[in-house]
Amino acid sequence: MIVELGHFALVLALAVSLVQTVVPAIGAHRRDVQLMHVAEPAAILQFLLVGAAFAALTYAFVVSDFSVKLVYDNSHSMKPMIFKVSGVWGNHEGSMVLWVLILAMFGAMVAFFGRNLPDTLRARVLAVQASIAVAFLLFVIFTSNPFARLDPAPFEGTGLNPLLQDRALAFHPPWLYAGYVGFSMTFSFAVAALLEGRVDASWARWVRPWTLAAWLSLTIGIAMGSWWAYYTLGWGGFWFWDPVENASLMPWLAGTALLHSAIVAEKRGALKSWTILLAILAFSLSLLGTFLVRSGVLTSVHAFAVDPARGSFILGILMFFVGGSLALYAWRAPMLRAGGIFAPISREGALLMNNMLLSAATASVFIGTLYPLFLDALTGEKITVGPPFFNYTFVPIFVPLLCLVPLGPLLGWKRADLMAAAERLLAAAGIAFVALIASFAFFYEGPWLAPFGMALAVWLVAGALSDVAWRIKLFSTPLAESLSRARRLPRAVWGSALAHGGVGICVAGIIGVTAWSDELITAVAPGESAEIGGYTLTLQGVALRDGPNFDAMVGVVGVARGGRDLGVMLPEKRRFPAERQEKTEPAIRTNGISDLYVVLGEQAGNGKWVLRAYRNTFAPLIWIGGTIMGIGGLISLLDRRLRVGAPTGARPRLAAQPAE
Amino acid sequence: MTRKQRRATFIAASLGILGLAVGLMLFAMRDSIVFFYSPSDVVERGVEPGQRIRLGGLVEQGSLQDLGDATLRFNVTDFVETVTVTYRGMLPDLFREGQGVVTEGSFGEDGNFTATNVLAKHDEYYMPPEVADALKRSGQWQGEGAEASHAETYGQGSYP
Repeated sequence: MIVELGHFALVLALAVSLVQTVVPAIGAHRRDVQLMHVAEPAAILQFLLVGAAFAALTYAFVVSDFSVKLVYDNSHSMKPMIFKVSGVWGNHEGSMVLWVLILAMFGAMVAFFGRNLPDTLRARVLAVQASIAVAFLLFVIFTSNPFARLDPAPFEGTGLNPLLQDRALAFHPPWLYAGYVGFSMTFSFAVAALLEGRVDASWARWVRPWTLAAWLSLTIGIAMGSWWAYYTLGWGGFWFWDPVENASLMPWLAGTALLHSAIVAEKRGALKSWTILLAILAFSLSLLGTFLVRSGVLTSVHAFAVDPARGSFILGILMFFVGGSLALYAWRAPMLRAGGIFAPISREGALLMNNMLLSAATASVFIGTLYPLFLDALTGEKITVGPPFFNYTFVPIFVPLLCLVPLGPLLGWKRADLMAAAERLLAAAGIAFVALIASFAFFYEGPWLAPFGMALAVWLVAGALSDVAWRIKLFSTPLAESLSRARRLPRAVWGSALAHGGVGICVAGIIGVTAWSDELITAVAPGESAEIGGYTLTLQGVALRDGPNFDAMVGVVGVARGGRDLGVMLPEKRRFPAERQEKTEPAIRTNGISDLYVVLGEQAGNGKWVLRAYRNTFAPLIWIGGTIMGIGGLISLLDRRLRVGAPTGARPRLAAQPAE
Repeated sequence: MTRKQRRATFIAASLGILGLAVGLMLFAMRDSIVFFYSPSDVVERGVEPGQRIRLGGLVEQGSLQDLGDATLRFNVTDFVETVTVTYRGMLPDLFREGQGVVTEGSFGEDGNFTATNVLAKHDEYYMPPEVADALKRSGQWQGEGAEASHAETYGQGSYP
């Protein structure tokens, strides 16, 4: 019964979003306040209805109602509760319901907090947002119904792919979707602005927090996904340039560019048209990501759907929204008045440079990801574009961008003095140089490029620190004065310094893992030892262990360094009888700076076990850096001026805050 | 700096970056693309020693040998031609004789294929699409299980 109610709620939500698409749009066109005000209650109702559908589906998973086909296909009564819940979105249909739920949630947030937006703008934003909901609700109801029943109901479910039964992965899709779908908000604002025919500072002020929220969620989602791949797949790698990973990286890159150009649009009224285009592109790339992952054009862990009907439906949605918005852009963008003249050497110029490099980087990922698909479709030739392609294209574009990052925040608006900014970075440059020499001395046998990468990482961190130090006049005024300045510094400044520093820490991790890691593959009998990076690994034995819904072979591996015993590591090889699958579970021993990573392999014929081990220098820094970037985004989001729904203009005190 | 000069600077910068990006991509396209071969393709078209390729097919029944020190040897076949693959490392969880596999590596000067990567899918019914296609071309397609939709993943071969 509850399941049927959920299905019914989903259909009602479709009806409500149809109303929300049409009525406010007509209202905005005719300047009819009553029609426009249909939008807010509709948006909130739509959210409640989709929420009810999602809750009904979750209920079916929690009580293991195997008469629902989706539950039968993706759950098992023996599964731990957390994975029963995460199983809701660990499949195609459920994850699309989650997609629509987040979409509706963003719409409801505009309805709720957006009372101070101009009436027509709010009505149009909500109408555009609802049109996206219509498309995806149609998709869910007609091609991916999550509530389909089975008759007779099976006694037991077939279980969830063991790879997906993981705590980090359980919460990876919600974050990622919050990011993808968050860009729908900026998209709706961009399309609404094009319909309005004007973009002003208050528009940009509204777009920035939404971009920031989406960017922040996407950053966390990507970091979680990469962390999961690292500790669960047993390859010791953190990023594989897999098309599915690239699908999430592209909106992230475009979103990062949008985040920066929106600053220029807000503060200086320049780059408006470009900001609108970026907002459209960021969401288009999110839709493309959804298409790539959901249509099954790619085959990898995320491609659950192998149904061509779904693929063509999403492709239709993609073409409608991308084509429609770009056509609207071509038609209306020339009407937007350009403003804010600036010299090439200026904060605006630096942000524009950031945008150009980020766009080029996005393009290289785009080509590398889609070229094999096009080639296969056109000629039938099957190729793989792997890591080398991205190392030759993405990296050379990204390195100059990273070199310029510390410089940007120190440049003044409109026209800046490059020498003065460079002077403020002298200390940072000095520290980076010391890091260069130190890494050459320490890793003298490693690849010669790596110390330069390390210097770049240190340059980013030191640059972020110098930015803050300069703003609070550290060392040039008494400490108490600096501290009080630090307290008064806008949160956006702290946020950007943290995010930029986080990038540096992340870069250090990537360089360390790429250049200075050791790998060991060997076969050992119980009692035998192997050496890796100064550690001695001894296979003490292999034992059996029972888990909640699996049984496991556990390798007991003793770790010693320089004769000192450091305890045991327990890599596992798990067998899931319900799913009839196996999964390797690496053991990782970390000291916060580098990881020792051990995987247990097959038993060889002669009683030996295959053992694979990595010593990954600086690996944890990748995710520490990612987390710091996310925290930076969050602090920025809490900035008073950006707070969603904070009164703008009503209180002049706010306008008097020091400009960054 | 006049308005015109300013505009010229921006256009030059963006063209410069565009040119850089296109140049890098063309360069990378030439060198770092990996083609898929079935065993028949290898025999018919030939592969230069040292060129990285993906070789896919079925793991021949009874061909898996353990050479010691975590080194394995097995045959990849499409029932018309067969290629022997040597691989040092850990096989994916669902690597089985008689099932589909994709290996990545290169032929040495001696004509032996050494894989650095073995990709199998985490599902016993699953056939990698390239392998299914190769089998269809060699006329050995049985069609079993190929239509079943299942969650799949790469096996844990190692990417560099």
